[in-house]
Amino acid sequence: MPRHPLVSKYASLAAVRDRLPRRPAALGFELADRRVLAVLAVALLLWPFFGSNYWINVAVVVLSYVVLALGLNVVIGFAGLLDLGYAAFYAVGAYLSAILITTYGWNLWICLPVSASAAAVFGVLIGYPTLRLRGDYLAIVTIGFGEITRITINNLTGVTGGPNGVVGIPRPELLGVTFAGPIHFYYLLLALAVVAVFLTNRLAHSRVGRAWTYLREDHVAAEVMGVNAQRFKLLAFGFGASWAGLAGAIFSSRIGIAAPESFTFFESILIVVIIVIGGMGSIPGVIAGAVAMIIVPEILRPLLTYRFLIFGIVLILVMRFRPEGFIPARRLRVRLPAGGVGPEADA
Amino acid sequence: MDFALVPQYVVNAVTLGSFYALLAIGYTMVYGIVKMINIAHGDLHMLGAFAGFGAVGLVSALLLPGPAVLIWAVVVAMLACAVVGMFIEAAIYRPIRTDRRSSTTAGPLIAAIGVSYVLQNGAAVIWGPNRNAFPPLLPSNRFEIAGAQVGVTQLVVVALAPLAMLVLYLVVQRTRLGRAMRASSADPAVARLMGIDVERVILITFGIAGAMAGLAGVLVAVYYGSFYVFMGLVAGFKAFTGAVLGGIGSVVGAMLGGYLLGGLEVLGTAIFPAEWKDVFAFIALILLLTVRPTGIVRDASASARV
Repeated sequence: MPRHPLVSKYASLAAVRDRLPRRPAALGFELADRRVLAVLAVALLLWPFFGSNYWINVAVVVLSYVVLALGLNVVIGFAGLLDLGYAAFYAVGAYLSAILITTYGWNLWICLPVSASAAAVFGVLIGYPTLRLRGDYLAIVTIGFGEITRITINNLTGVTGGPNGVVGIPRPELLGVTFAGPIHFYYLLLALAVVAVFLTNRLAHSRVGRAWTYLREDHVAAEVMGVNAQRFKLLAFGFGASWAGLAGAIFSSRIGIAAPESFTFFESILIVVIIVIGGMGSIPGVIAGAVAMIIVPEILRPLLTYRFLIFGIVLILVMRFRPEGFIPARRLRVRLPAGGVGPEADA
Repeated sequence: MDFALVPQYVVNAVTLGSFYALLAIGYTMVYGIVKMINIAHGDLHMLGAFAGFGAVGLVSALLLPGPAVLIWAVVVAMLACAVVGMFIEAAIYRPIRTDRRSSTTAGPLIAAIGVSYVLQNGAAVIWGPNRNAFPPLLPSNRFEIAGAQVGVTQLVVVALAPLAMLVLYLVVQRTRLGRAMRASSADPAVARLMGIDVERVILITFGIAGAMAGLAGVLVAVYYGSFYVFMGLVAGFKAFTGAVLGGIGSVVGAMLGGYLLGGLEVLGTAIFPAEWKDVFAFIALILLLTVRPTGIVRDASASARV
């Protein structure tokens, strides 16, 4: 059967393909030993029985930021869209579920998918007009959307309770267990974080993930090769936002209130910083970033007055000395055969 | 909206617009050359207010007349902000910009957010987070012009801002330095080949941007009679919106955009409740960037660009 000329011309690309790893490493980062993973899992499951409530609470906060940062990492790290208004989606999830629970008597478990979907829709709605924008223009517009969301929540007193917020959210209940202490939320968020790690990792190594990488690295080339930029960018916005919706719904049920000051510009920046410090696009990096950004300030509590100042200095220092983050994302690299690839190498 | 108040709205819009225009110039000049949104620029104008306040304190024992003190405060604030702006560029932005590991937009932008946090919270640690009163340097007389109440401070603001902008415009258009700036903005690589020290031009650009922000800071503090460490953030966003309105990169555009934004905001507050005030700038920005990202100055021709 005669082959199309183009096919034979680039047939030797098979040489490249053969050099690609057969299976992408789980987590994108080789946990050399499955036993390490098993020990880690057991430790994460068991330590709360021995830990103090204080540290369990800290862990709960860390885990919610892990979920948030993994979601935003899809947008910033994978798709390369600098979104600085992510707290808006967090707010949507938190308020929607708070209102559905207090006013309409829903329970948290039904609210979770609803909040996630609503945040995803909101993400796509915000993403749509920004599709043409790149880089810092996109960043500024997302800041604008974040601020508009916060001010709107603050001003729509009839719906959101204004500056007071939605109060009196009852503790969620599951299979007869009331979520009274931090330990319940710890396991809930641990489960959510594991799901988030698994899903975002699989997605990163899927066709969708490759399209995001392509768009991030070379927008024009990606579009020329037939990647539908609009579709994949909206997908990144929507999928990323859905995690903020989930985290928001759990957040408002956990603290019993949804109030505007939880969703400021600083909140968005904190999540961005977690990603940047850890390493954009790197899942282990994002987890390490969340641990560092939540636990270090806890240890430095006496320096609370200087918290934001230190925060700014850290941002500058990381950008100056380690712009790729502490656990940089591993890029797939392939060495081309010495003779080059293409028709000449064929001959 | 009360139509009898239209003259007053116009006066207020021009005053507000002067502040935005002065700040917008800094955004536009820096963006024109290094293609970076210097988010910390708004905080420089906060520093300007504090520098001006400090300068007033220094000479308070001399019992100088108010206008002389104001001029002194303006000079000190402009110099201080120019120095700080240049320091930030040389010590932070330049090394990050030229670092090949750093992503081209995210790196400088995130560093700028860091600088903004350092300026705001460093100032809060030093001076406290509360509002400070700025001493009244000018007489509080008010005139009535065409049905609008105009104070002396307002007149000074409305006169001083365009004067500064005119000087800047002449520098950019008529001097050797201005030519170097325009060349560096149009094509840094070619400018370098023509023997222009582009890094030095960038440094000077940050200095000029800082000076304009310092002037804006003192004028804001004198006009409102108060200033505080977090005043830069929202003002900065709005001024940036002004710069985009005018077509980013164009100095004349930034001036027009600043005044236009002042008008929009006054109009918005006249029609809608005041608590929505800060939303207008953001909505204008989003609409503008999504519909017409090139700004209103249609052909911001090379001669007007810095």
